[in-house]
Amino acid sequence: MIDWPILSTVTFLPLIGVLFILLVPGDDEGGKRNIRMVALVTTLFTFAVSLMLWAGFDYSNPDFQFVEEKDWLGGGISYRMGVDGISILFVVLSAFLMPFCVLASWESVQKRVKEYMIAFLVLETLMIGVFCALDLMVFYVFFEAGLIPMFLIIGVWGGARRVYASYKFFLYTLLGSVLMLIAIMAMYWNAGTTDITVLLGHEFPASMQTWLWLAFFASFAVKMPMWPVHTWLPDAHVEAPTAGSVILAGILLKLGGYGFLRFSLPMFPLASDLFAPMVFTLSVVAIVYTSLVALAQEDIKKLIAYSSVAHMGYVTMGIFTMNEQGVQGGIFQMLSHGIVSGALFLCVGVVYDRMHTREIAAYGGLVSRMPKYAVAFLIFTMANVGLPGTSGFVGEILTLLGAYRANTWVAFFATSGVILSAAYALFLYRRVVFGPLEKESLKSILDLNLREKVILVPLIVLTIFFGFYPMAILDVTQGAVDQLIHNYQAALEAAGHVQNAAAPAH
Amino acid sequence: MSDMTQLPDLLPALPEIFLALGALVLLMIGVFGGNRVSPLVNGMAMGLIAATALFVLPFGAKNGVTFSGSFILDDYAYYLKLVILVGSFFAIAMSWAYAKSQAFDKFEYPVLIVLATLGMLLMVSAHDMIALYLGLELQSFALYVVAAINRDSVRSTESGLKYFVLGSLSSGMLLYGMSLVYGFTGQIGLPEIAAHLHENGASIGLVIGLVFVLAGLAFKISAVPFHMWTPDVYEGAPTPVTAFLAAAPKVAAMGMLVRVVIDGFQPVTHDWQQVIVFVAIASMGLGAFAAIGQTNIKRLMAYSSISHMGYALVGLAAGTEGGVQGVLFYMTAYLAMTLGVFACILGMRRKDGMVEEIEDLAGLSRTNLSMAILLAILMFSLAGIPPFIGFFAKWYVFSAAVEAGLYPLAIIGVVLSVVGAYYYLRVIKVMFFDEPKEAFEKMPVELRVVLGLSGLVVIFFWAMPSAFIQGAATAAGSLF
Repeated sequence: MIDWPILSTVTFLPLIGVLFILLVPGDDEGGKRNIRMVALVTTLFTFAVSLMLWAGFDYSNPDFQFVEEKDWLGGGISYRMGVDGISILFVVLSAFLMPFCVLASWESVQKRVKEYMIAFLVLETLMIGVFCALDLMVFYVFFEAGLIPMFLIIGVWGGARRVYASYKFFLYTLLGSVLMLIAIMAMYWNAGTTDITVLLGHEFPASMQTWLWLAFFASFAVKMPMWPVHTWLPDAHVEAPTAGSVILAGILLKLGGYGFLRFSLPMFPLASDLFAPMVFTLSVVAIVYTSLVALAQEDIKKLIAYSSVAHMGYVTMGIFTMNEQGVQGGIFQMLSHGIVSGALFLCVGVVYDRMHTREIAAYGGLVSRMPKYAVAFLIFTMANVGLPGTSGFVGEILTLLGAYRANTWVAFFATSGVILSAAYALFLYRRVVFGPLEKESLKSILDLNLREKVILVPLIVLTIFFGFYPMAILDVTQGAVDQLIHNYQAALEAAGHVQNAAAPAH
Repeated sequence: MSDMTQLPDLLPALPEIFLALGALVLLMIGVFGGNRVSPLVNGMAMGLIAATALFVLPFGAKNGVTFSGSFILDDYAYYLKLVILVGSFFAIAMSWAYAKSQAFDKFEYPVLIVLATLGMLLMVSAHDMIALYLGLELQSFALYVVAAINRDSVRSTESGLKYFVLGSLSSGMLLYGMSLVYGFTGQIGLPEIAAHLHENGASIGLVIGLVFVLAGLAFKISAVPFHMWTPDVYEGAPTPVTAFLAAAPKVAAMGMLVRVVIDGFQPVTHDWQQVIVFVAIASMGLGAFAAIGQTNIKRLMAYSSISHMGYALVGLAAGTEGGVQGVLFYMTAYLAMTLGVFACILGMRRKDGMVEEIEDLAGLSRTNLSMAILLAILMFSLAGIPPFIGFFAKWYVFSAAVEAGLYPLAIIGVVLSVVGAYYYLRVIKVMFFDEPKEAFEKMPVELRVVLGLSGLVVIFFWAMPSAFIQGAATAAGSLF
C-alpha cells in the first residue's frame, strides 16, 4: 500500500532537523528563535508522518506491518523495521509529545539552545527507532544510544545536583542494559539470527529461558523502573529540565514495559510464568511503598516521580497477568501515563518558570491568581488519581481486573494504592493551589499565557477523550495482544505436555 | 644445500624491503642535512609509509611463505599491515605542529618511526620464533629511543629509561620462554611447533615456556600484570610519541600474540586459554578502577588502553575464528578511537604551552563546540555505547566469548565496562557541565584532519560496516 520506507522516514526525520539546526548560526536572539522554529517544525512534521502511519495501519492484521529489511552486519543481523499493534501507538506517542517539549522549552531554556534542540531531536530519533526496530541488535543500538542525549540534557540543563543525577541515570541504566546485551548474544548463537520475528517463533530451552529472562529483566526493571531499582528516577526527574522530565516520564519509562511485552513474555514464556509471582510482588510493593513515599515529599517533581513509579507498578502487574484485561490495561496505562505524567511535569514547569522553585511549601493559594492553571492542574491530578472519565481510570481498572483474575491478593493490595494515590495527589493539589495566598512572591504571579494554553489544552482534550472512548486505543492493540496471549498459552501448554509425556518414562 | 646459494623469494617481503631501504635513505638525508631538513624528512617518511600502504602492499604478492618458512604473508598479515601503516602515518602527521611549537623538530624522530613500523610489519609476518624476536626487538629499540627523544626533559628520559629496562626484562622472559619451547619441542617454526604438540601433547616444561612467552608478549600489549610501565611512559613521553605508542605498536603486538597462540599453540588451547582469561579480566578490571583517580588525560588514556587490551583479549580467549575476527576488528576500532583522542590531546595548547590535565578541558563545549562534541563521541565510543564503533567492537569480542561458552568472562567484562564508563563520562562532564576556562589555541590543520577522519569512522561505522567486518573476517579466516 505504501511503498516508501515510512518507518525509516519517521525515525530519521528528526535528524534532518538536526542538520538544519547545525547550519543556523545560533548566538543571537534571532538565531535562537530560528533554531526553536526549526525544531518545532521538525517535530510537527514527524508527528504528522506518525499519524499517516497510524492511518495506514491495518487493525485486523496482528502481524508486523510496514516491514523494511536491509543487509547490515551480516550473519543474520540486518536492519529490520516494522510495527504491530503494540508498538505503533508508542511511536505516535513519542512523536506527539515532542512538539510539547520544544514548546515547553521555548522560554525556559535560554543557554545553549542549539545543543539543547539537537539533543532533543536526536533523542526523538532514538526513541522512535526503539519502537520500530524489528531486529534485536537494531533495538539495542537505539535503546542504549538514547542514554547519550538524556545524559547531556540532565547534566547540562538540569538543576543543582544535575551531575550526580546524570551519572546515576547513565550508569544505572547502562548496568542493566549490558546484562541484556550478553543475553542477546546468547540468543543470537542459539537462534542464529537477531530477527525479532524469527525469535518470536523460536523456542529457547527452558533452563536458558530463565537466565535470558533475568538478564532482560535487569535491563527493563531498571528502565521501568520497578522497586527496588527505582532510585535513579526521582533524582533524574528532579534535576532534569521540564521537557527532559516529560520525555523521561512520557516515553523512556515505557521502554521497560514495551520490552516486557515484546521480548520477555513472548520469547521466554516458561520463565515469565515462573517469575510472574515475583513480578506481582515487586509491583505491589512498588504501588504501596512508593505511594507512601510520595506522601512525604516536599518537592513537587519528586512527588510526581514517585507517583510514576507507583503507576508503573500497575503496568508490570497488568502485563504479567497475561490475560486480555491485564495486558490491554497495561498498555493503556502506559499510554495514558505518558500523556498525564507528561502533562503534570509541564504544569510543574509552568510555575517553576515563574518562581524557580519546586518546593511545595513555596506555593499555596495559586487558585486566586491563576484560575486557568488551577483547572488544568486539577484535571491532570484527577487523571493521575484515576478518576472515572479520565484516561487514568481506564488503565487502572483494566489492570486491576486482570490482576483479580490472576490473583485476588495482588488485586487487593494494588487497589489500596488507588486510595493512596488519591491521598498524595490531592494533598499536593491542596498545598499548591488552595489555601490562602500569603506568600509575597506569589502575589504578582501571572496565569497561563498563550503558549502554555496551546501546550495544555490538547493534553486535557486527549485525557478526557481517552477516558470516555478508550476503544480508540484498545482497538489498535487488540489484535496483537490476542495473538500474544494465544501464543503464550500455547507455549505453556506445549511445555506442560512435554512434562506429562516425560513423566511416565521415569 | 643448493638453496643456500639461491636468493629466497623476496616478493612477499617487498613492503618491508621497501621500508628498510627508504629508512636508510631518510637517515642519509638527515645525517647530511642536519636538523634543518627535518620537515623534509618528516614529509618523506609520511610519503614512504603512504606509498607502502597504497602501492607496494596492494600490488605486491598477496600470499606466500619465504625465507625458509620464517616469514609469511597471508590475509591476516596483510590486514594488520594495513592497519599498522595507517596508524604510523597519522602518528607522524600529528607530530607536525608539535614539532614546530615545542622544539621537537629532530629528523631522527620520523626515521625511528619508520624503523619501528618496519619492525611491526615483521612482527605480524613472523612465522617462527627467531623472526618474531627480531621484529619485536627492532620495533622495541626504536620505541625506547623515541620515548626518550626529548633528551633535555627529565620526564622524557626517565620514561624512556623505564621503558627500556622493563622492556628488556620482558624480552628476556620471552627469549627464555622460547628457549624452553624449543628445548621441549625441538622446533622454532610456529606450524612445526603446532604439529609437534599435536602429536605429543604438552609437557610440563613446555607449559612453563608457554607461560613465559605469554608474559613477554603481555608486556608488549601492556596487559595486567605487566602493565606497570604504561602510565609512566604515556605521561612522560612527548605527546606525539605517546600517540604513536598507544596506537600502532599495540595493534602489532596483539597481532603477533594472536598468531603465536593460534598458529603455534592451538593443540594446547586449554593451557593458554586460562592464562588469557585471567589476563583479560585483570586488565579490564585494573584499567577500569585505576583510571577513576587519574587527573592527567595521558595517564587516563594509559589505563584506558590497558582495559581495552583486556577487552580485545576476551575475543582471543574464545580461541575461535570469530574470536580472532573480533580481536582484529577491536584493534582497528581501538586505533581509530585512539588516534582521534590523541589528536584532541595534542590540540590542548594554550598560549603558554601544552596542557594535559582533564580539568583543562573544562567548558570546552562553550569555547570549541566541534572539538568537544567529537571528543565526547570518542569517549562514548571508548565506553562502548552504541551507535559508535566501540560498541560494535565490544559486540564482536563478547559474542565470540559467549559462543565459546565463556559466560563468566563475558559477564565480568561487560560489568567492568560499566565501571569504565564512569571515567569516560567524567571527561564528558568536565567538557559539557563545567564552567569554561581559557580557550585553547586554534587546532592545527593536520590535527583537525586526523580528528575529523577518526570521527567519521567512529560515528558512521554503522552506515557501512561490511568493509571492516569482511576484512577482519577474511583475515581471521587465513589463520584457521
